[in-house]
Amino acid sequence: MRKLKGLVALCVASLLLCSGIVSVQAADRDVPAIAAASNIKFALDEIAKQFTKDTGEKVRISYGSSGNFVAQIKHGAPFQMFMSADEKYTDQLALSGATVDEGVLYAIGRLALAAPKSSPLKLDPELSGLKSLLKAGQLQRFAIANPDHAPYGERARELLQNMGLWESIEPQLIYGENVSQAAQFAVSGSTQGGIIALSLAIAPQFQKMGHYQALPAELHAPLYQRMVLTKKAGTTAKAFYAYLQTETARQIFIEFGFGLPDSSTHTESGN
Amino acid sequence: MDWEALWLSIKLSSVTVLILIPFAILLSRYLAYHHFTGKSWVEALIMVPLVLPPTVIGYYLLVGLGSQSWLGRLLEELLGHQLVFHFSGLVVASILVNIPFAVQPIQRAFEAVPEDVRDAAACCGMSRMKVLFKIELPMVWPGVLTALVLCFSHVLGEFGVVLMMGGNIAGETKTIAISIYDSVQAFDFASAGQMSLVLLVFAVTVLAFTTSLSRSMGAAHVSRRR
Repeated sequence: MRKLKGLVALCVASLLLCSGIVSVQAADRDVPAIAAASNIKFALDEIAKQFTKDTGEKVRISYGSSGNFVAQIKHGAPFQMFMSADEKYTDQLALSGATVDEGVLYAIGRLALAAPKSSPLKLDPELSGLKSLLKAGQLQRFAIANPDHAPYGERARELLQNMGLWESIEPQLIYGENVSQAAQFAVSGSTQGGIIALSLAIAPQFQKMGHYQALPAELHAPLYQRMVLTKKAGTTAKAFYAYLQTETARQIFIEFGFGLPDSSTHTESGN
Repeated sequence: MDWEALWLSIKLSSVTVLILIPFAILLSRYLAYHHFTGKSWVEALIMVPLVLPPTVIGYYLLVGLGSQSWLGRLLEELLGHQLVFHFSGLVVASILVNIPFAVQPIQRAFEAVPEDVRDAAACCGMSRMKVLFKIELPMVWPGVLTALVLCFSHVLGEFGVVLMMGGNIAGETKTIAISIYDSVQAFDFASAGQMSLVLLVFAVTVLAFTTSLSRSMGAAHVSRRR
């Protein structure tokens, strides 16, 4: 019986503790949750840091796959803003009525050929190193994002098809759930390389493990990355949305290997 | 090292266990002492989360409790907020996923209580509640402890359900398992390694501690009964 009393006391104590945490959390509820495609992580972390420095406001960014975020927002996820890897997803969301408008392009994605430092794969924009490795039968594993639902995987497939390599490389491919996972496969040492987002390959965290070569943008359909404010957007989210279109943010996107939409491609942002 | 995520996971585990264990005690006692038609169906239903991939459960919760379902909308009106993408939603999910881990060990423990002990208690005219608290609970305590530890550690490691219906929101639904996944994707292997190590050490310590505790408690019971 004494043990039972002890347990009850423990339960009460932890409940009190929990309610304490809940109230602490409630205090910073005006920090908006933002859903972002994982390929912009390094650039967006940098921009968010700058945003907080300049305005004193904070944002909470969740990184994940664009497709998953669309499903979650449609089912009521509390994200105030969504930065997609491909405008196909923001368009879907806008059609469902969850956004204030169709949003704006914030960056144009690029692909890169990446390999672990120890890889026999020679990196060049014409993919001749990849071709010769394939021909010699020395390419065992090659990583791309899943082309069925990840935009960067879809474009990687397109590029390989346009280079006439798809048929021969397909049996060697391993698929990442999204482009970040593909990038991690591409330099983990278990593959000879992969085609990933240039924005990830440029990040210092990546460079410790692998090297990369930017690939020509003409070989695949453009990766228009679009962002939208959802109907839940508050003041801070709107300020962040505007901040992403300033010169400071654009400069950071360029540093991380993104192309930029010219100002004529901007649509009017809603209120 | 994402302390916020670790703390959130510990909080989620504690709340889940606090709600689930009392419920599991009553349910498993009923299952242990009663026979009824369809009992094997009920038991099968309880075991389902063991064999279903957590992503399946996550999917049903996302669709079933989201703002597009009538149940989701009803709950939103009652609670003032949504269940999915909210801490409370994770609690609901963790409870559902952990029912078998809670019920199984406790039910086995109740089944092991000798019938003559319960008969004797009933003959003394003790109330049902009194029998539960004075006789049965002290005897099934190792089973309850096992259930508690299993559930606590299982929630700490839960991934699929949280990924599907949590939305990965820092401080709200970004648990330690999700944070580890995020760190790996961001090439932050140092941080992922640290967090994984914390979980590993925690799991081994807790399991060793409870195994020895339940063994010594079991031994105490045996000697007391002699």
